[in-house]
Amino acid sequence: MSTTELTYEPSVIAGKPSLKQIDESIIKPMNEVPNKKFFIAISFTSTLLLIGAVALGFTFYRGIGLWGNNNPVGWAFDIVNFVFWVGIGHAGTLISAILFLFRQKWRTGIARFAEGMTIFAVMTAALFPAIHTGRPWLDGYLFPYPNQHTMWVNFTSPLLWDVFAVSTYFTVSFVFWYVGLIPDFATMRDRLKVNSTADKIKKKIYGFLSLGWRFSNRHWAHYEMMYLILAGFATPLVLSVHTIVSFDFAVSILPGWHATIFPPYFVAGAVFSGFAMVQNALIIIRKVFDLEYIITLDTLEKMNKIMLLTGTMVGYAYSMEFFIAWYSGHEAESFTFLNRAMGPYAWAYWIMISCNVLSPQFFWFKKLRRSIPFMFVISIFVNIGMWFERFVIVVTSLSRDFLPSSWDYYVPTLTDICILLGSFGLFFTLLLLFTRTMPVVSIAEVKAAIDGSQPTHHSIGHGEDH
Amino acid sequence: MENRILHSVTGLFHSADEITQAAKEVNKAGYKKFDIHTPYPVHGLEKAMKLKRSTLGYIAFILSAIGAISAILLMWWTMSVSYPLNISGKPFFSLPAFVPIMFELAVLTASVVGVVLMLTIFFRFPNHSHPLHDTEYMKAVSSDKYGMVIESDDPQFDIDKAKSFLSSIGATDIGEVYWDNNELTAKKTIFDKKFIFGLVGLAIIVSGGTYWLLNKAMFKEPFNWMMYQQKLSAQSPTTFFKDGFSMREPVEGTVARGYMPYPYPADSAVLAEKYLVNPLEPTVANLNAGKAKFNTFCSPCHDYHGTGQSRLNGQFPNPPSLQSDRVRNWKDGHIFHIITMGQNTMPSYAKTVNETERWQIVLYVRALERAMNAKLEDLK
Repeated sequence: MSTTELTYEPSVIAGKPSLKQIDESIIKPMNEVPNKKFFIAISFTSTLLLIGAVALGFTFYRGIGLWGNNNPVGWAFDIVNFVFWVGIGHAGTLISAILFLFRQKWRTGIARFAEGMTIFAVMTAALFPAIHTGRPWLDGYLFPYPNQHTMWVNFTSPLLWDVFAVSTYFTVSFVFWYVGLIPDFATMRDRLKVNSTADKIKKKIYGFLSLGWRFSNRHWAHYEMMYLILAGFATPLVLSVHTIVSFDFAVSILPGWHATIFPPYFVAGAVFSGFAMVQNALIIIRKVFDLEYIITLDTLEKMNKIMLLTGTMVGYAYSMEFFIAWYSGHEAESFTFLNRAMGPYAWAYWIMISCNVLSPQFFWFKKLRRSIPFMFVISIFVNIGMWFERFVIVVTSLSRDFLPSSWDYYVPTLTDICILLGSFGLFFTLLLLFTRTMPVVSIAEVKAAIDGSQPTHHSIGHGEDH
Repeated sequence: MENRILHSVTGLFHSADEITQAAKEVNKAGYKKFDIHTPYPVHGLEKAMKLKRSTLGYIAFILSAIGAISAILLMWWTMSVSYPLNISGKPFFSLPAFVPIMFELAVLTASVVGVVLMLTIFFRFPNHSHPLHDTEYMKAVSSDKYGMVIESDDPQFDIDKAKSFLSSIGATDIGEVYWDNNELTAKKTIFDKKFIFGLVGLAIIVSGGTYWLLNKAMFKEPFNWMMYQQKLSAQSPTTFFKDGFSMREPVEGTVARGYMPYPYPADSAVLAEKYLVNPLEPTVANLNAGKAKFNTFCSPCHDYHGTGQSRLNGQFPNPPSLQSDRVRNWKDGHIFHIITMGQNTMPSYAKTVNETERWQIVLYVRALERAMNAKLEDLK
């Protein structure tokens, strides 16, 4: 590397805040009594959560017969919601790990929040495989452990790969998130002015969570290496997770599921929906917590570009499915796709197409890409569309398979819908609590990314060492 | 306060450029036991401090290899040694299907164990008793200052020299950090009573809780509902239907598979004799099959040779002999009718031996009759 050509991209943080200002504005939400808006928001989300909890309670008491799935649609809302929520999580890992490896500095403002979303989304997603067994207290059998039956799990089943993929994904995301939080907890520990017993307890908690971090550069050197390794592991991991989720379908022989395009198609869809969800949440967060100069409009615009890209990839996958259905010359396959577009679930299919393929196309125009209300609406549409994508894949294929005598029309029950609402309640309640208890933006990373925070190349003297 | 032990002298800098320059200077001055604290990782500082490249990369590689190998050993042992299951005729050791879990466990092991090793071995965390904690210096470097400490156990350490060195390279707020004597004198032993009691208590709670959960709670309401659900138990009535039976009577006129309705009433043996003809030939196979059934079901009363000499020791009236002229003059249909419908004390054997078997028995009875009354030409 030559010495003089070393240039930095323009700052990702608007203005030139001092390091203290960054501390202040990120820590502020944790040190003051939440305002009315927060209480309105959390009472709304916890009401949704309560609705879901009641529906779940009925499910456990009466059994999963309360759900709408039955022959021939044996998989319905449970797996639709599972895939939807796991997909939401993928944006977080993409932002925190893949963009880190690509040295995309604009990720710093949103990485922590997106990682938090990953964890909560995977928690919400993991709920569905856990409850669909009907007797979730026996879910321990999903893991291979020496039990009194001397029986083991079937390691060749994609459903078991799912157990491993999702639990690994959750654990690694959590570790990644926590490693990022350690220096921030230490900053919060030291910034806290102890005036009351509550502050003392707070300080104890932050101190405990920081593990005694001292900002030593002898530590930072290992820390940065570990962060790089974690990012390097998380990148193939996130691709593997949705690939394995898609294997749940692709490894079966049902028309509409048995396709090699599924893994990349699912990964693109996951990133697509995840970015939309991150976008929705960030627009609210930056407004409510005055973080507009850290989560800048430029960052949001870049996210819109990724949504445009992944949305177009998903659109390509939809058309390629149709092409292969025709090209394969397989009658059941062709029928399945015609049935999707024109059969009894055509309404769901066209919701999916218009939300996923058409709506992101507006982002070709710079003006629309930079309009916050517009991108907020589009992001909501994308989330709706991506939920319907999973619904279309799962339900249309199952409701009309090879044998016309067993065809049936699936309708979700009230319990199904309440549990879906509850999953949104769980996710957003956790997210709201997160914004009040932990720094939603990585303090150390933002400090490292602002103008003037890194040495100019003269003082480092790259020429000497390389 | 007099005999507190010095840990280090500290100084603060105000920009990344300054601290990078200072790192080079402190190396030049020959200090070994120094450290630099910055609120965020400053690029190039580890080079200026002349730190070795972190070995965590190699450790992570080894850990991921351990994860992948343990995964494949686990899958090989469970799927092909401990409990081999034939799944769609695939090999017990099917490597391609094992790849996803190998990958997941490699990532899991490397990430989790790697981070734990970094925190505990590399950083010696958790450590809340370091003298730098809760000092003004730490509060500054955790926010917006860049600090340097020169530790007192450096071989060339001298408090005044170190202070003047720090100020010579541009540090401000130069100060001293002392060990907390209580921390230094506190005995750190894992055999601390509190610790041991805590550990034992935790072990009792965890194992007791697990035992209670798995062996007691799982057998209580509502977790045992599946065990006590409505079901049919042998020799006891059920609540499925009012009559206590769980099976229903078949619809009137139902014919069981393999059973043709028998059109002749019990008292019309003459009709049966008239219309029924033995469909079987007296082959060796038929006769042997007939013999087996005869010996099992008929011989207890009729005797192995059909003489009517019962083996029941008078508990049951002896039947008439099958060797009598009367029986010998019957046609096959008559005997078949009696086996099917029963006669006098003899019950129906229709449910015990099926139609073919009945005809085989008839053939065998005919063979017995002929054997007991053999003529000379039979010896040919």
